Amino acid sequence: MSRIVLEIKNLSTHFFTDSGEIPAVDQVSLHVHKGEVVGIVGESGCGKSVTSLSIMQLVPNPPGKIVGGEINYKGENLAFASEKRMKKLRGNEISMIFQEPMTSLNPLFTIGNQMREAFRFHQKISKKEAREKSISMLKLVGIPRAESIIDDYPHQLSGGMRQRVMIAMAMSCDPELLIADEPTTALDVTIQAQILDLMRKLNEEKDTAILLITHDLGVVADICDRVVVMYAGQVVEEGSKREILKDPKHPYSQGLIRSLPRIHEREQKLYSIPGTVPKPKLGRVGCRFAPRCELAFNRCFEGNPELYVTGEGRRSRCFLYDKQEGEAINDATTEAVIGD
Amino acid sequence: MFSYILRRLLMLIPVLIGMTLITFSIVHLIPGNPAQVILGETATANAITELEESMGLNEPYFVQYGHYLMDLVQGDLGTSLRSKAEISKEIWPYIAATFELTIFAMIFAVVVGVNAGIISAWKQNSWFDFLAMMVALIGVSMPIFWLALMEQWIFAQELGWLPAYGRQNSRDPIAAITHFYVLDSLIHLDFSRTLTILKHLILPSIALGTIPMAIIARMTRSSMLEVMKSDYIRTVRAKGSGQFLVIYKHALKNAIIPVLTVIGLQTGVLLGGAILTETIFSWPGIGRYVYEAISYRDYPVIQSGILVVAFIFVLINLAVDILYKKIDPRIKY
Ligand SMILES: Nc1ncnc2c1ncn2[C@@H]1O[C@H](COP(=O)(O)OP(=O)(O)OP(=O)(O)O)[C@@H](O)[C@H]1O
Ligand code: SF4
Ligand SMILES: [Mg+2]
Repeated sequence: MSRIVLEIKNLSTHFFTDSGEIPAVDQVSLHVHKGEVVGIVGESGCGKSVTSLSIMQLVPNPPGKIVGGEINYKGENLAFASEKRMKKLRGNEISMIFQEPMTSLNPLFTIGNQMREAFRFHQKISKKEAREKSISMLKLVGIPRAESIIDDYPHQLSGGMRQRVMIAMAMSCDPELLIADEPTTALDVTIQAQILDLMRKLNEEKDTAILLITHDLGVVADICDRVVVMYAGQVVEEGSKREILKDPKHPYSQGLIRSLPRIHEREQKLYSIPGTVPKPKLGRVGCRFAPRCELAFNRCFEGNPELYVTGEGRRSRCFLYDKQEGEAINDATTEAVIGD
Repeated sequence: MFSYILRRLLMLIPVLIGMTLITFSIVHLIPGNPAQVILGETATANAITELEESMGLNEPYFVQYGHYLMDLVQGDLGTSLRSKAEISKEIWPYIAATFELTIFAMIFAVVVGVNAGIISAWKQNSWFDFLAMMVALIGVSMPIFWLALMEQWIFAQELGWLPAYGRQNSRDPIAAITHFYVLDSLIHLDFSRTLTILKHLILPSIALGTIPMAIIARMTRSSMLEVMKSDYIRTVRAKGSGQFLVIYKHALKNAIIPVLTVIGLQTGVLLGGAILTETIFSWPGIGRYVYEAISYRDYPVIQSGILVVAFIFVLINLAVDILYKKIDPRIKY
């Protein structure tokens, strides 16, 4: 496969709060190739946003802090890079869009003013040139009447339009990597599809790598090449989109897929994994999914599973895939859960 | 924008009428016969009747009020009982003196307060933050006359750096044009005099500006802290902006909105309530003008002083509202 753009190794980001140290991101490793779309999937609170903000060094500090690991961007470790270095990269080589289009633009400045900055922070160009480039970016992301919209204020635009503006702004300097933290969650379904199409188009035309954070496997099915599943601050499974959707190994991924609504099945009730994500805390013993796992056995409550290799480019954090456990259990479980 | 200002000015009319009703009532709310009160216990019945007639006090209230309004519309504030001069002619230098002092006090309060608030929020929990908030706390709770006296003692008496009293060197008074002395001295191109006048402004400005400064610093800090957490600030940082632009462009413009209200209110308070400071620094301002009128029971002057201050208060409020609209495009009327 092609060159690796981003490689995160054992990244740990903790929050130091009054009620103690919270390991929101715990030894996370993942990588993104050039031009690839990688999805990070997981329920609310499992550390997706903190992982993505760590890459940009935008975790609110205090209380958050990267405490260990590497974030290698094109061979350079950014985990502890200086603010000066990060300033050069942000918005230029790595850019980011956020979940909340309604509040992510400054209400007191025009779209044009805010878009202009994206260029002027990184390129030596005049206001006029920046304005022209902004207009063509707005056209690229499918905003009608870009010439007049550019002088509007954010409150004059709909949520979908604002998210397009955010994407246009993020794409201004042709970044190598676009991090999109739940870019469609706040939008309604038709707009959601349009935004995903747009991102796919930009990915194909400009060969921009995308790290797409979502809790929605439907979004993954739409545009991702590869998927990383996170649970309680850890990566629990990794593989290609096809493999994860067709043949999830980890009981948590299996649960996520079972809870997808399906048209061709006449199940009345939608499945959902019982219980909720545990609050991250230090020194936890046992598999973090054990309290909710239907397949949990004794060992799950006593030791911490590692990421076991389960195939070509696939890993799963579950004792069922530890070579020491019998092959028999392994086969039985995968069959039981996947009926597709 | 223009039609907005026009509409707001029209909306002022009922407010102004209300204000005149109040100032008109002042004289009539005084227990007993105003003429008697004005002239004192020993006045003869003849003198009282005479004064009643000259003040129109024997006519019905609404007729009196009508006369009062008609006079006001023509810019006639009445005649001072004490100096026998027309108030509208005599009041301006006092207003100008108070205005000049208020402007300098508020410049001090806003520049120091806003910046201290910003830096405190930026370097939250640092030694600067701690120190600035400590000073602000002392600032709001310190008696201003005490601060004023301390200033005079240290900077005028002990160090001799700055004058303790008055607006100017009283042996060499300026030929006043606007009665804003800084402006007047500039008009005369008399810059050494400008310097003297500025020196006279320093101590009273600091005394008067300290409370607003402290309030503004605390407001700015908390407002900035709130704004710095918002999503659009994160967006600006994600674009690769430096801290300075994040803070002074994106955060400050949002954070200043609630602070503006405080600035407006405090300006009004300074214009109306600086009697103590004006007395300590022998500042010939509107506060002193009214204060002296009270001790002489010069009711027309008291009426006019209150009316003028209230009017200015309303205008400042209007200015703040217009500023809001200039800053925040979401505001609609
Ligand atoms: N500012 C903070 N202070 C303390 N803890 C925090 C803070 N931000 C995040 N956390 C912790 O980090 C954990 C992971 O949060 P994160 O926002 O990454 O979740 P997420 O996977 O993005 O969820 P969502 O789908 O709701 O966006 C949370 O459970 C919380 O305990
Ligand atoms: S390790 Fe055990 S508890 Fe954890 S996912 Fe696997 S089977 Fe379930
Ligand atoms: Mg999130």
